[in-house]
Amino acid sequence: MKPRLDGRRAALAAALLALALVPAVADEFYVVLFTKILVLGIFAMSLDLLVGYTGLPSLGHAAYFGAAAYAAMVLAPESAPANLLLTLPASVLVAALLALATGALAVRTAGMYFIMVTLAFGQMAYFAVHDSPYLGGSDGKLLFARPVVAFGGAAILDFAEPQVYYLLVLACLAGSYGILRAVVQSPFGRVIQGIRVNEARMQALGYATYRYKLASFAIGGAFAGLAGYLAAYQAEYVNPKLLGWQESGLALVMVILGGVGTLHGAVLGSAAIVLLQEFFSELTSHWMLLLGLFIVGSVIWLPHGIVGIRAWARRARTR
Amino acid sequence: MDISFYVIQALNGIQYGFLLFLVASGLTLVFGVMGIINLAHGSFFMMGAYLALWLARHTGSLFSALPIALLFATAVAFLAERLAFRHLYRRRHLDHVLLTYGFILIFNELQRILWGNDVHSVPAPDLLAGSIPLTATQSYPVYRIFISIVCLGVAFGLAVAIRSTRFGMAIRAGVVNREMVEALGIDTNKLFAAVFCLGAGLAAFAGMIAAPVEAVYPGIGETFLIVSFVVVVIGGIGSLRGAFVGAMAIGLADAFGKALMPQFAGIGIYAVMAALLLWRPQGLFGEKQA
Amino acid sequence: MTGEPVIRTDGLTRRFGALTAVDAVSLEFTAGRIHAVIGPNGAGKTTFLNLLSGNLRPTTGSVRLRGREIAGAPVHAIARLGVGRSYQRTNVFPEFTCFENCRLGAQARLSSSMRFFKPADAYAGVNADAERALSLCRLSHRRDDAADVLSHGERRQLELGMMLATSPSVLLLDEPLAGMGAAEAGLMLDLIKGLASDHTIVLVEHDMDAVFSTADVITVMVGGRALETGTPAAIQVSPAVREAYLGAAKGAPAP
Repeated sequence: MKPRLDGRRAALAAALLALALVPAVADEFYVVLFTKILVLGIFAMSLDLLVGYTGLPSLGHAAYFGAAAYAAMVLAPESAPANLLLTLPASVLVAALLALATGALAVRTAGMYFIMVTLAFGQMAYFAVHDSPYLGGSDGKLLFARPVVAFGGAAILDFAEPQVYYLLVLACLAGSYGILRAVVQSPFGRVIQGIRVNEARMQALGYATYRYKLASFAIGGAFAGLAGYLAAYQAEYVNPKLLGWQESGLALVMVILGGVGTLHGAVLGSAAIVLLQEFFSELTSHWMLLLGLFIVGSVIWLPHGIVGIRAWARRARTR
Repeated sequence: MDISFYVIQALNGIQYGFLLFLVASGLTLVFGVMGIINLAHGSFFMMGAYLALWLARHTGSLFSALPIALLFATAVAFLAERLAFRHLYRRRHLDHVLLTYGFILIFNELQRILWGNDVHSVPAPDLLAGSIPLTATQSYPVYRIFISIVCLGVAFGLAVAIRSTRFGMAIRAGVVNREMVEALGIDTNKLFAAVFCLGAGLAAFAGMIAAPVEAVYPGIGETFLIVSFVVVVIGGIGSLRGAFVGAMAIGLADAFGKALMPQFAGIGIYAVMAALLLWRPQGLFGEKQA
Repeated sequence: MTGEPVIRTDGLTRRFGALTAVDAVSLEFTAGRIHAVIGPNGAGKTTFLNLLSGNLRPTTGSVRLRGREIAGAPVHAIARLGVGRSYQRTNVFPEFTCFENCRLGAQARLSSSMRFFKPADAYAGVNADAERALSLCRLSHRRDDAADVLSHGERRQLELGMMLATSPSVLLLDEPLAGMGAAEAGLMLDLIKGLASDHTIVLVEHDMDAVFSTADVITVMVGGRALETGTPAAIQVSPAVREAYLGAAKGAPAP
């Protein structure tokens, strides 16, 4: 048990180091591409907490991603960079509170109802933004500049450079992974995993399962919000599509493709989808067709996702 | 606002509700009988709408387009069930979501390749193109009334078929208990294929007859799909009666919402759903979840 | 203290539509005793347990736990008051190890599990409770094996262990011997007898030999009603029980 754990730590440290070196060795194009992968990786991990650990298959998770992106836009000054230290926590809080409010209703349902109800709440958030002239309607709005870290009016860190912004995103990913990892191994984490397997049994043991599901939903919403904040400032632009069901569906595809209930699988899934999109769109303008065929094929032939390939290969070898 | 305002909104709401019912009834039967959550269900609606557009232009008549388009959509559904869905019946809901999400991407891109990104309109057939005057200044299009009457006929036929045919009995058994179907000696492979094709056919039919009143545009399938989800959540999974009541409630809420409170039109129906969930998480006619 | 009932039901009734599954049952369950509830299939025994554990709400009547009304309270609240429940169908967490299964039970005793950062295995008290429960259900040698590799009998033991890890004072056991071979059943009976001294045990069981050899008190349920309550010896010779029970059981397959 012990040596495997250490091997895992070493692999994580190596991956982190390799990712930190990307801006030093790659052109800007790849830095931007990797930023996208990491942002969506945080988003997918936050969804994995719900899907893979709590057993809540949400199809409306982009609502919280987009809510924080819009919060970042609203909180940003018209013609000066925002202070990251204030706007990031505030945006995350907005996402978490929205998740708490909608989750309070959604986690009362289970199974297919839950999938449909979360989808419907996601659309509700989408239309709320889409129909609001104040938020820019269907066109969205531009952000003036990337945020800065400021103390007492003096900016000490500026993220205008894509390379510096990439490092901020990487730090957020590492932090999110560390926190979520701790959460799933905490007493709370054990409870939500028990709920995923058998909620009725958890109640019989004395757990008020509703509260735990709701807390998990809100935590997932908060980390989706972190990703949404970073996505808004990567593009320096927000539009209602950030909250749309396609975005929620894509995050779910990343989680399932990566392998549910693993956290790092979610990041792999995000990398796979972003790179595939990039690769297919080089081939043809109808890349969605290829992506669709790929997804259909992988769900039929790759039931346990990318993380499952290792076990699958091991079985194939011993056969 | 006089009485004719309310009459027009009510007629619009009922007509929209009927279209939603055709889409939602297929969704709820596929859920109830096969245990499959089919996000690509809206794609059949989209397929129907675009085929109506295309065939009506080539044949010059929406009515001659109907049987061809219906046959085509059902054939696509049959193939999809055979080649893909069949492998996933015993898998978790998540895999169904993933598979059908992939199908949406495929169908939407094919639509874009064939018809592009433009918004199209389809003229109503000449025979039904007129309007009925309601007051000196207001009138109501005949075609919308035609939609309601046709859908009522289909809904009635569906109810009779489910109540009194052997196929209908198998469907009812399947909704209550999937294992019971096998115990009754029904070939589940055939039943599932038939239910899937029936659902797709209903959605495609709805798309076709809706084409003259709704503009035909990319993403029309998802628009109807998501509202149909709301309908199914309100009505309860597997219940046709629930789908009907839910569809009418949403149709009317949408019509009056758009007319009376246009600034909240987008989120209105979701608010209705949220209110219902507070009261009955399992939907109006759904079984209580264990 | 002795003789004071831990659980007392009064006119406890549950109807499903036209069917009255539990019909005005008034019983007392005392600490330190194994109180068996027997009866033919469909007599309402499992429904009765579900009413005690909160899985079902009674239509009318009351359930008092040490004088406190608990009828209609949610399952988790009743569990936290010290009522443990095992199920007819084995309900362990298959992908967790035996120890983790028990720890999940033990952790339920924390004032709250809304603890997000310290690892779950760093709570010494919880670990100790889990280990104790494992040894009580005699699975210490299987500590780190996943529950889904256990035999049927071992899973039933683990089910009991998980419940014991919550340190309940009342045990509601729904057919703990179901599907077990003679050796496994013997072990389980031993286990239950060992728990009798410091628990209030309500035992629903079909195996009559097991019931008459272990129970201190037996209640016979027929058609939702508690027909008679007494010692095994008294029940065995009761003409009313004999008639009703054998009459009702006639034609029904042996348990």
